[in-house]
Amino acid sequence: MINKLFDFIGGVQIPYYKEMSTQDSIGSVALPSQLILPLSQHIGAAAEPIVTVGQAVLKGEEIAKATGYVSAPLHAPTSGTITDIGDYPLPHPSGMRAPCIILTPDGENQWMPLQPHSHDYQTLDPSTLRNIVRGAGIVGLGGAGFPTFIKHNPGPNGHVETLILNGAECEPYITCDDALMRERPEQILAGLKIIKHALNAKRCIIAIEDNKPKAIECLRSALMIYPIENTEVIAIPTIYPAGSEKQLIYTVTGKQVPKDGLPINIGVVCQNAGTCAAVHLAIEKGQPLVSRVVTVSGDVGKPRNVDVPIGMPIDELIQQCGGITGSLRRLIIGGPMMGFAMHQLEIPIVKTSNCVLVDAGNAEHLKPRDEVMPCIRCGSCAEVCPVSLLPQQLYWYSKDLDLEKAQSHYLFDCIECGCCDYVCPSQIPLVQYYRHAKAEIWKRERETQKSDAARERHEFRLFRIEREKEEKAARHKQKKAALKTNAVAANATDSEPSKKHNDPKQAAILAAMERVKAKKLESQIAPKNTDNLTPAQRKTIEEIDKNRKERNNKDTPET
Amino acid sequence: MSLYSPSSPHFHADNSVTQVMLKVLVALVPGIALYVVFFGFGIIFNILLAVITALGCEAIMLKLRKRPVLPFLYDGSALVTAVLLAISIPSIAPWWIIFIGVAFAIVIAKHLYGGLGYNPFNPAMVGYAMLLISYPKEMTNWALTISNTNNYLGPWDSLLVFLKDKHGFDGISGATPLDYLKTQLNLDMTIAEAMQHSSFGLLGGSGFEWISLAFLAGGIWLIKQKIINWHIPVSFLASLFIIALIFYFIDSDRYASPVFHIISGASILGAFFIATDPVSAATTVRGRIIYGAGIGVLIYVIRTWGGYPDAVAFAVLLMNMCAPTIDYYTKPKPYGH
Repeated sequence: MINKLFDFIGGVQIPYYKEMSTQDSIGSVALPSQLILPLSQHIGAAAEPIVTVGQAVLKGEEIAKATGYVSAPLHAPTSGTITDIGDYPLPHPSGMRAPCIILTPDGENQWMPLQPHSHDYQTLDPSTLRNIVRGAGIVGLGGAGFPTFIKHNPGPNGHVETLILNGAECEPYITCDDALMRERPEQILAGLKIIKHALNAKRCIIAIEDNKPKAIECLRSALMIYPIENTEVIAIPTIYPAGSEKQLIYTVTGKQVPKDGLPINIGVVCQNAGTCAAVHLAIEKGQPLVSRVVTVSGDVGKPRNVDVPIGMPIDELIQQCGGITGSLRRLIIGGPMMGFAMHQLEIPIVKTSNCVLVDAGNAEHLKPRDEVMPCIRCGSCAEVCPVSLLPQQLYWYSKDLDLEKAQSHYLFDCIECGCCDYVCPSQIPLVQYYRHAKAEIWKRERETQKSDAARERHEFRLFRIEREKEEKAARHKQKKAALKTNAVAANATDSEPSKKHNDPKQAAILAAMERVKAKKLESQIAPKNTDNLTPAQRKTIEEIDKNRKERNNKDTPET
Repeated sequence: MSLYSPSSPHFHADNSVTQVMLKVLVALVPGIALYVVFFGFGIIFNILLAVITALGCEAIMLKLRKRPVLPFLYDGSALVTAVLLAISIPSIAPWWIIFIGVAFAIVIAKHLYGGLGYNPFNPAMVGYAMLLISYPKEMTNWALTISNTNNYLGPWDSLLVFLKDKHGFDGISGATPLDYLKTQLNLDMTIAEAMQHSSFGLLGGSGFEWISLAFLAGGIWLIKQKIINWHIPVSFLASLFIIALIFYFIDSDRYASPVFHIISGASILGAFFIATDPVSAATTVRGRIIYGAGIGVLIYVIRTWGGYPDAVAFAVLLMNMCAPTIDYYTKPKPYGH
């Protein structure tokens, strides 16, 4: 069916160290003393707790509900008691703390009653399927954590030509998808079949890097037993970052996702292997997402893949994988190319944690950077950039904070894959410079937005003062005129309109109404720079605007 | 507890500026060895003094500029500048030529512009151009090849020449083949007549042609090692070849053959080792091709119609000036645009 693959530009050959964690099959872990369940484990609005401290819950019970469209609910990964709802450290590069639900397991691990749709899902319409996936709290398990049901909605004009199962797993050390593909191919295929049905996709391509021959073989033979129409397993060249969504789409289809666009714009949807298996469990077993396969690798006693309940503290997980061999230098969540180094060990596994990489100084490539030298303009960075940027020029502009130039060199097209940084002979932390420049641009945009609003407010205030002065003068004149008229027609009957105008009380009310109107106008100054927002941000803004409008309507006095 | 938590990537290839520079030096070794075989040991003294001068100047400048001395001495970039300049200078040049040239290259062309990574011009070529303009006699007096002289200079003789000029040695120097050809053409000889002279070999200058081939081998190795890309050397040599071919077809009596142009003078050395100096070259793919082609054309123009027999240094410096502009206009189109 597919006769040609397309090589994307750039990329690097890197050591993979995958065999470390693939010696054993997927293991299980003993339940920890407590599970830490952050309310925000996905892109979008945080979930809202629907349980109280002290409440007993069963495995799979919803404990926090989704708030808004781009959001995901949270379920109890095991049966037990809610012992706290409060701020705990998150697996976040900043080391920040955020609201979490703490669940103390009772050891029974007892499921709530489940509602499987084992064979009838073909009769369900796509929107029902999406709602089940949404209710199961499934988000992209590859690392981004975008709520999966949204991807399953192609929109009114969306037409899905190709559904790609992303089994590339191009980051070194990580093997959780590899393990899943080798050991549970039937789950992945079952999930893929459901997604294909929900999307009404024409064809399916299962793309796996050719350094995983076992996974390719397992999925091919599983496909013989559980056939899916127009579906094919293909081996793609092993080159980092082949698993990056945009690069993978190009490799498989030869089409590029337009800038500021989504894969659906060119008729493509990508799904991670783990996500497919989760969709299968949600639909055909009725199980929400309560656990995931995690690779524990690097300097640990027993590197391997384990099926881990969401919320498992990482220090306990490492203990159960043989502990740290040596003195801990760095803890990375995700891969060594794009993963985040953590500040501490006391953080939980969340839905997006695919790998726990422990660096205790034994792996040669994980050593800290050597002394940074000046750029010698060798251009190696530009050769490996998978987006065809000029990392060197971006570096100069980011370093000097010449942000306009950085943007005209497409800073925001950078996917932060780290290829340029990896090959740089001067060991310059390039990606860090780009992140800094991006953050600086966002900061400045927010500031201009604020100062724009402030300026408009100020101008309006001047205008208002001027207008009030004029009105006052006008009223004065009228009053004088009225007094004269009154004097002339002293005995004449009072006419209603003149009374209305001359009454100082009425005038005060009118002025007050003017002021209220002015205030209302002021608070409705349209926000700026709202292009390029994520749907989540847009949603939040809309909500705030709505609330604001409601408040304003309430504030307006009845006349 | 707070762990070491830098920004990603946490992985780094095992490479460094020092490695890049050392590989360049290794690639020069075969050419230098043949140099000794054909032209005597003078080149070795050139290189030694150049290296000492370069490291000394580098250290002094780093100190004056309040930069860490050791890491920058260790990066090897001064070594590459020194060696490239030393092998561009005649092997029988007196020592002070080397000293002045290298000091000028490191102090003026490199450090006054900001040191490693910031020099807009190739330091070795700036040093060379300065020497050629200031000391034309010393800079155009080349050793004769082993086959054309009875006085092959061994280590001791070379040292004497190096320190005290060439007193006492006769018949050891002459013009380079490119220089000779230019003079003869001006005397209305045809190419074929001029090339009867004993300083010509099979393809180009006798001796020089083998050294060029050795540099070619070193250059190809550098491409294989991914230290340089093919873009600049190939576009450089291709453009030189094509323009030479056109004129060769027009009048083969007055214009030397394309093969002669490629194999003579510093064409090969320039294409693989000098034009590819990353700091002063264009960096985009299309930019490098334009940059290399520009050098090739300029070399032909200067060699054929200009005042100098060889032109690599001037051509490279002229294109160095254009590199930022070339980069600006050859930005690649990013994914999805």
